[in-house]
Amino acid sequence: MNVLLGIVLTLLAIAAPAVVMVDDPLRQSMVLGFYGLLLASAFFILQAPDVALSMIVVSSVLIPALVLLALGRIRHLESRDDE
Amino acid sequence: MSVYPYIVAGWIMVVGFFGIARSRNLVHLILCVSVVQSATYVLLLAIGFRDHATAPIFQGVAPTARAVDPVVQSLTLTDVVVEATVVALLLALAVDAVKRFGTLDPQDLRALKG
Amino acid sequence: MTPRARQTLMLVAGAGLLAFFVWGAVGLPDFGHYRGPYGLVINHVAGSERQVTNAVASLVFDYRGYDTLGEELILFVSVVGVATLLRETRGEELPAGRDDATEVPDTSDALRVFGVVVVGVTLLIGLYIVAHGNLTPGGGFQGGVILGSAVLLVYLTGELVMVRWVEPGTLLEILHSAGAAGLVLLGLGGLIAGGAFFHNFLYTGTEGGINSGGIIELGNATVGLEVMGATILMASELLEQLLVVRRGSPA
Repeated sequence: MNVLLGIVLTLLAIAAPAVVMVDDPLRQSMVLGFYGLLLASAFFILQAPDVALSMIVVSSVLIPALVLLALGRIRHLESRDDE
Repeated sequence: MSVYPYIVAGWIMVVGFFGIARSRNLVHLILCVSVVQSATYVLLLAIGFRDHATAPIFQGVAPTARAVDPVVQSLTLTDVVVEATVVALLLALAVDAVKRFGTLDPQDLRALKG
Repeated sequence: MTPRARQTLMLVAGAGLLAFFVWGAVGLPDFGHYRGPYGLVINHVAGSERQVTNAVASLVFDYRGYDTLGEELILFVSVVGVATLLRETRGEELPAGRDDATEVPDTSDALRVFGVVVVGVTLLIGLYIVAHGNLTPGGGFQGGVILGSAVLLVYLTGELVMVRWVEPGTLLEILHSAGAAGLVLLGLGGLIAGGAFFHNFLYTGTEGGINSGGIIELGNATVGLEVMGATILMASELLEQLLVVRRGSPA
């Protein structure tokens, strides 16, 4: 179990710069969703099922939905300003 | 192995801060803030972990079984959901910034006044 | 300061922060050798004192209910902030000449059938997780987000005309505020019943039963209500002007 935890933590350390280096916010929300899933599996290995449950729901459903809605609204505002 | 999770948590936090500093888009900046917050969750849960222990749920398990610390889990659990709401508030601020200044670049926001 | 100079300064400062952090982390107890007495005591007594099997739930709503109250009020205030920031633009954003129905594509029938099935299942799963929060992993926070996303699924898979009721009407705001007030009232109930704030004043039932835990069960329900209301409110504030009213749609 220590080996598994070590692998997941190394994957986290590699995924965090990947999230930060994506410049387009639309793509970044998808990468953040995958990073949240990786975090949830790390929490599961650390014997915290409550936290893993809320992390899965928040990072796969709530954050991408809010980011997409905000980006849609921003695009609407910018297109209105260009008219 | 005895300090590796703490080092990973610190590394993720510094990476998130670096992303905030060099960001050119407000929405990208907000998602880097949530990366910084995730580093604190890893640190909290790593502090409460015990070797060869199980989750602090005692359905069918005797209460004297070896279990991890539930206090840090209770702190992290509420924090995860509240983080999502704070991200929504920051996104609303970003939408407001576009409405007032017309730009999403945080390095341009200083120059436009009035 | 040029961006290049700023980035160099950030690299130096980040390296310094990481160095200090490593120095401090080396002084922590070794990973896996948790020392503190508080968590061990809670694990032993949560089952016998409150008859719940989820020690984390007993901490969130009973032993450390005050912290949960603070977090829930943060949630409440940020939803109020989102509503305040985005609501002032509602009057001026009416899209002129945007109500021709040809602009919006039809939602396919397969998607709507899928939505009917999935929304029901998601609602049921959300209610299950909220109700069993004091026995198995789950609780008000997780279940509330699941319930809120079930309502948003209606928007994704249904006809646009059906979504009018998702607008933050008075009922939704009452629901959300009732959830937030409920937790404060539970804490005050403990005070009125002669103990401390958040004293568990209700009958705690048998261990492992669905009605065990006293105020923990009610706390799960009110927090689930509040988080569900918060999710729907936030999403619908951001959605507000993306809805296009279809003219002459089939009933």
